[in-house]
Amino acid sequence: MSQDTAMAQGGFWRDTRRSGIGSWIFSTDHKRIGMMYLYCVLSFFLVGVVLGFLIRLELIAPGPTIVTAQTYNALFTVHGVVMIFLFIIPGIPASFGNLVLPIQLGARDVAFPRVNLLSWWLYAIGAVIVLVSLFTGGGAPDTGWTFYVPFSARTSTNVSLAVFGVFVLGFSSILTGINFITTIHRMRAPGMTWTRIPLFTWSLYATAWVQVLATPIIAITLLLVVTERILGLGLFDPNRGGDPVMYQHMFWIYSHPAVYIMILPGMGVISDIIPVFSRKPIFGYKMIAFSSLAIAAAGSAVWGHHMYTSGMSDLGVLVFSFLTFIVAIPSAIKVFNWVSTMYKGSISLEAPMLFALSFILLFSIGGLSGLILGAAATDIHVHDTHFVVGHFRYVMFGGTGFAFFAAAHYWLPKYYGRRYKEKPAIVGWILMFVGFNVMYFTMQVLGMEGMPRRYYDYLPEFTRLNVVATVGSWILVAGIVIVVWNLWRGLFRGEPFTGNPWGGATLEWSIATPPPTENFDEDPVVTHGPYEFKGAGIP
Amino acid sequence: MSHAEKDSFGAKLGMWLFLFTEMLLFGGVFILYSVYLTRYPKEFGLGGHQLDLVFGATNTVVLLTSSLFAAMSVTAIKRGAKQLTLGLLSGTIGCALIFLFIKYLEWSAKFHHGIYPNSPKLIAGPPGESIFFSLYYLTTGLHGIHVIIGGILMTWTAVMVQKGMLNSADNVTLENVTLYWHLVDLVWIFIFPLYYLIL
Ligand code: HEM
Ligand SMILES: [Cu+2]
Repeated sequence: MSQDTAMAQGGFWRDTRRSGIGSWIFSTDHKRIGMMYLYCVLSFFLVGVVLGFLIRLELIAPGPTIVTAQTYNALFTVHGVVMIFLFIIPGIPASFGNLVLPIQLGARDVAFPRVNLLSWWLYAIGAVIVLVSLFTGGGAPDTGWTFYVPFSARTSTNVSLAVFGVFVLGFSSILTGINFITTIHRMRAPGMTWTRIPLFTWSLYATAWVQVLATPIIAITLLLVVTERILGLGLFDPNRGGDPVMYQHMFWIYSHPAVYIMILPGMGVISDIIPVFSRKPIFGYKMIAFSSLAIAAAGSAVWGHHMYTSGMSDLGVLVFSFLTFIVAIPSAIKVFNWVSTMYKGSISLEAPMLFALSFILLFSIGGLSGLILGAAATDIHVHDTHFVVGHFRYVMFGGTGFAFFAAAHYWLPKYYGRRYKEKPAIVGWILMFVGFNVMYFTMQVLGMEGMPRRYYDYLPEFTRLNVVATVGSWILVAGIVIVVWNLWRGLFRGEPFTGNPWGGATLEWSIATPPPTENFDEDPVVTHGPYEFKGAGIP
Repeated sequence: MSHAEKDSFGAKLGMWLFLFTEMLLFGGVFILYSVYLTRYPKEFGLGGHQLDLVFGATNTVVLLTSSLFAAMSVTAIKRGAKQLTLGLLSGTIGCALIFLFIKYLEWSAKFHHGIYPNSPKLIAGPPGESIFFSLYYLTTGLHGIHVIIGGILMTWTAVMVQKGMLNSADNVTLENVTLYWHLVDLVWIFIFPLYYLIL
């Protein structure tokens, strides 16, 4: 970005002691850190999109199409690692969380600004390590993003370095979580009681607990893979008395809760956007706030549903299946409350709202397919097929991905003081929505019909549906390109965006646009809830 | 409470959360330990007997002493006794060094007997035994790294105390580093019985 545009925008863009790049990468201002996360996260998202596009292209016809089998394995591994660890986990909490959370609480910054900067550095370093691992050593890892042993312990590709990179990223995630929890406990403005905290921040609170409590387990698990490779400890090696299924347990003890690190912030974004664009207070504020905590808690006990087919005891399967169904309850509560909020509201269908609405639909489809997977009987049929791939794309991309773009259209104009054009945003959204469903719904059907995941080749009878899915990926990518380009252009050159055009009642809408470095000229005193539009004295 | 003045309660809250994550990190190893213990109780017992109880017990005493010094240094700095604080901190750091030295002796003795990860002797032995020693090296190694990090942090705080940047009014950093040190101690209190005293 050119310095001039940034200068013209004023607020925290201009106000700085240092200048140039140093004023960013050494800044402890939560807004600058949020912006840096945003740029990184978005770049990695685009990298991931390109890789995904190539995977789908390879699958357009049976047999070798554009890459070799080994490259294909590397492609889906790197795609998974980039999307999961570099995009979707830090995506909303680290970027929008940093941008918005302190302001929503009425604070001038997070509790530990320097730790916050350290988190960003760790993120950047971890990302670089992951990227370096692709081009050095024995080449890009080919294990799948789950790094399952024994293959990950044996393959000659550069697994150790990639895994170490992910370890560093985990550290970054833990520090962000600690920072947010402390900030929410200690830095709320006078009057900001727990039931006046905006739901986005509430969701980040629940997320932060999951980050803090689950990430250490993946950290140790990944260290174990590295030691397994370097020292040959044999802890997961059946020949040496170890047990590979223990790896799966430890991996999913983290990674199932991690899916809530991915989705909860997205739900928070939606909970903030729906009431604003329906001009109605949110229905069931407390239910939504507490269901975030319920999801975080219940979601920590269901990891075993990834392992029904790996030889657990029948009792284990039964228990995990039962627990899995319980998680669906708080998720359904949220969906119910969002829909009720819109009931009889005066809904304005602007870009943020469109993305929010599609979130509800896509997440519901994803959640329902999750129930099919959660029931052991049906899961055994579709486990490790394209159905699973479809399922988690619906929740992660249809959910979190769309929420990410909802957040971008909703908040970024506030931080830039300029806005994107509405028409291209809507066209982009339509393409994304259509392409998404064409691609992933078809993949779920393919999975039902028995097409396995992570296979380079497939039987000829799957060709037709694969062509459909690949065409869907083209439409989707076209939509993403339009949306990103429109945001990019609009935020630097678009119409000025001032005041409170959306009419939000949370604190970030009560301060100058773009926000000044200190956020508040005068420390706010909170006198009303985050969705009481009338009492807020906001036009 | 929003900002301006330093929030030492907040700082301690953050530290406690961090210590939690450290416990969970070790928790992962302890989960593995408990699973494999139920699978190979006999081999774990035999493995435990091969560890040197004297080294282990001495190190337990050394670490407990260091923790005591660290705790006293917090009291000392609150009273404004700078020299005493520095002395106690040096005591802690000294103990850390002794601990690492003893660990070094212990490990090299084991290596000498052909007991190290992936060694021919362990590969030839029963699987449970190699698992036991793998876990032993893993846990004590990870713990050792924490001792080193703790020692570095202690040294850094000692320098800050020396320069007067930490004093009777502002000492939350020292308190937090001490908390960290207690964690290192605490983890060892688990390691010692699990590995040295088993059966
Ligand atoms: C009601 C909620 C949900 C239920 C019941 C559910 C259930 C399941 C089950 C049983 C599997 C394993 C399928 C198999 O391997 O055979 C699975 C896979 C997966 N789910 Fe969910 N899920 C839910 C929500 C979510 C959410 C919110 C996310 C992410 C934001 C998510 C992400 C994933 C991922 C990434 C996988 C695949 C992991 C892999 O093997 O690579 N799920 N889900
Ligand atoms: Cu799961």
